[in-house]
Amino acid sequence: MHPALSIIFFTTASGAGFALLTLTGIAVPLGLLPSNPGFGLLTLATAGILAVAGLLSSTLHLGRPERAWRAFSQWKTSWLSREGVLSVLTFVLAAMFAVGWVIFGRIGGFTGLCGILAAALAVGTVYCTAMIYRSLKPIQQWHNRWVVPNYLALGLMSGLLLLDLIVRFWARPIAIPLVALIVIAVAWWLKESYWLHIDTASAQSTVASATGLGRRGPVHMLEPPNTEENYLLKEMGFRIGRKHRLRLRFVARIAGFAVPLLATLAALLGIAPMLAALIAVLSAGLGLVVERWLFFAEAKHTVTLYYGAETV
Amino acid sequence: MTDLPAHHPGGKKLGLVIDLDVCVGCHACATACKEWNSGGHSAPLPDFNPYGEGAWGVWFNRIHSFEEGVGADARTVHFPRSCLHCEEPACVTVCPTGASYKRAEDGIVLVNADICIGCKLCSWACPYGAREFDEDEGVMKKCTLCIDRIYNENLAEDERVPACVMVCPTSARHFGDLGDPNSAVSELVAERGGKDLMPELGYRPVNKYLPPRRNRNVAAAANADPRATAPAGDNKLLRWVDRLLSR
Repeated sequence: MHPALSIIFFTTASGAGFALLTLTGIAVPLGLLPSNPGFGLLTLATAGILAVAGLLSSTLHLGRPERAWRAFSQWKTSWLSREGVLSVLTFVLAAMFAVGWVIFGRIGGFTGLCGILAAALAVGTVYCTAMIYRSLKPIQQWHNRWVVPNYLALGLMSGLLLLDLIVRFWARPIAIPLVALIVIAVAWWLKESYWLHIDTASAQSTVASATGLGRRGPVHMLEPPNTEENYLLKEMGFRIGRKHRLRLRFVARIAGFAVPLLATLAALLGIAPMLAALIAVLSAGLGLVVERWLFFAEAKHTVTLYYGAETV
Repeated sequence: MTDLPAHHPGGKKLGLVIDLDVCVGCHACATACKEWNSGGHSAPLPDFNPYGEGAWGVWFNRIHSFEEGVGADARTVHFPRSCLHCEEPACVTVCPTGASYKRAEDGIVLVNADICIGCKLCSWACPYGAREFDEDEGVMKKCTLCIDRIYNENLAEDERVPACVMVCPTSARHFGDLGDPNSAVSELVAERGGKDLMPELGYRPVNKYLPPRRNRNVAAAANADPRATAPAGDNKLLRWVDRLLSR
C-alpha cells in the first residue's frame, strides 16, 4: 500500500495526542498527577494540538475535504465514520475537562467525570483507527489480531513519553518513567510479534484464486492491461525491497524502542533527566513514523495478484 | 445508509458472466465501457497526460492476460476485470458517508458522487480493484453495470445491456439475473462450472467467470498424417484448406 505522509502523520500524531489525553484524563481526577493548572494547560494543549493536527492532516488526503462532515453519518457500519464521531465527542469532553481544570482549577466532580469520559472516548478513537485497517480483508498484513494491540500500545507509549517530559517541569516523577519502561517493552514485543506474524503467515490468496484458473496447471501473468501506471498501481501496488525493509525495521527498533528505553531509564535514574526525557520523545517520534511508513509499505493488497504478484 | 440491503432468496441479482474460454483479449469491452461511461451515469472518466509518457486514466474494465499450465498444454487466457457487484461488498460498508451503496432492487453497487468525500477507503476494501479514483472531481468511480443502458427506454430492447456485453465480438460476456436459477446466465454458470473470484475472502461476488474448456487432444491431432484422412495428396494449398476445414 502506498504510504501517504498525511496518514502516517495523522495516525502517529493523533495516537500520541489521544494517549496523552487519556493519561491525564484518568490520572489527574484520581490525584495521581499534579493538579496545577499550568501543567493542565501544557499537557492538554499538547494533546489537543497533536490530535487536531493529526485529524486535519488526515483530511488532506481527501478528494473533497469540504464534505468531510458527511463522514459522521455512517457509524452503523463504517469504522472510519465511528472514528470521526468518537474523535469529535472526545474533543467536546476534553474541552470541558480543560475549562474546568485550567480555568476554574477543579479536578474533581463534574470536571473529573469529563476527564475520565474524554479518556475513555480517546481510547475508543484510537481503537477505531486501528479497526479501519484491521477490518480490511484484502490486506493480510492489516487483517490480523496484532494490529489493534499494536496501535493501542504504540499510542500509549508515545503518550507516556510525552507525559514523562512535561511533568518534569513540575515534579520529579518515579511512577511515570517506571510505567513507561514497561509499556515500551510491551510495545516493542507487540511490534516484533506483528513483524514475525506478517513474515510467517501463509498466503491467503493466489493468482489462481483471483482468476478462478488453475485447472490446467500453474497460473501466471502474461500481460498487464496497460503499459503505464494506473490508480490501482499507484495506490495499492507499492513495493518495498527486502533490503530496504530490513534496514527500516532496524531504524524503527533503535529509534522507536531501544533509545526511548535507555533514555527513560536515564531520566528515571536522574541522569540529565530533562534532556533524556526529551530525547526519548523525539526518538520515539522518529521511530514511530518509520514504523508507520513500514506498516503501509509492507502491506500487500490482493489487487496486485492481477498485476504479477503470485500470492499475497 | 451503507447498511447492506437485506438478502431476499430469489431476489434480483444483476451481473455478468464472463466466458474465459472464448474471450480473445481484444479490449473492445474496455473501450466500449470507457466510451459509454465517458458520457454516462458516472461521467466523465478523465484521462491524465493522455498523449504523453505516463498517460493514465479511469477505466471500469481492464483486460489482463494470463497463462495457465506449462509446456504444450499451456494456454493463454484473457481476463476482463471489472466490478463483481458482490453480495457482501465491503466497499459499501466501509464508506463513512453513505456515498457507496448497494441497490436493494437489483444488487447493483453504485457511488453517489455528490456526497463522496474521496477518502479512497472503498478502493482499499475491494479485493478486485474495481474502483478507480477521479482526481479531477476528487471522488471515487466504478462500474455501474450500465444502469443508464439496462433500464433505458430510449434504447432498442436488445440494446438494453451493458456496453461491454453488447460490443463483445465473441459473445464472451453475458448479462442477466443471477438471482434467478432459471435465467440463461444462471444455467450457463451451472453448466460450465462458473467460478467466484477469491471466494476465500467471503465477498460473494455476483459476477461469475467460466473457466476455459479442457483442450482437445492437441498432441494427437498434430501427429496425425493429414494424407491418411484427406484426399488432398501432395498439393500444399489443398492440404492447407483441408486442415482449415477439418478444425
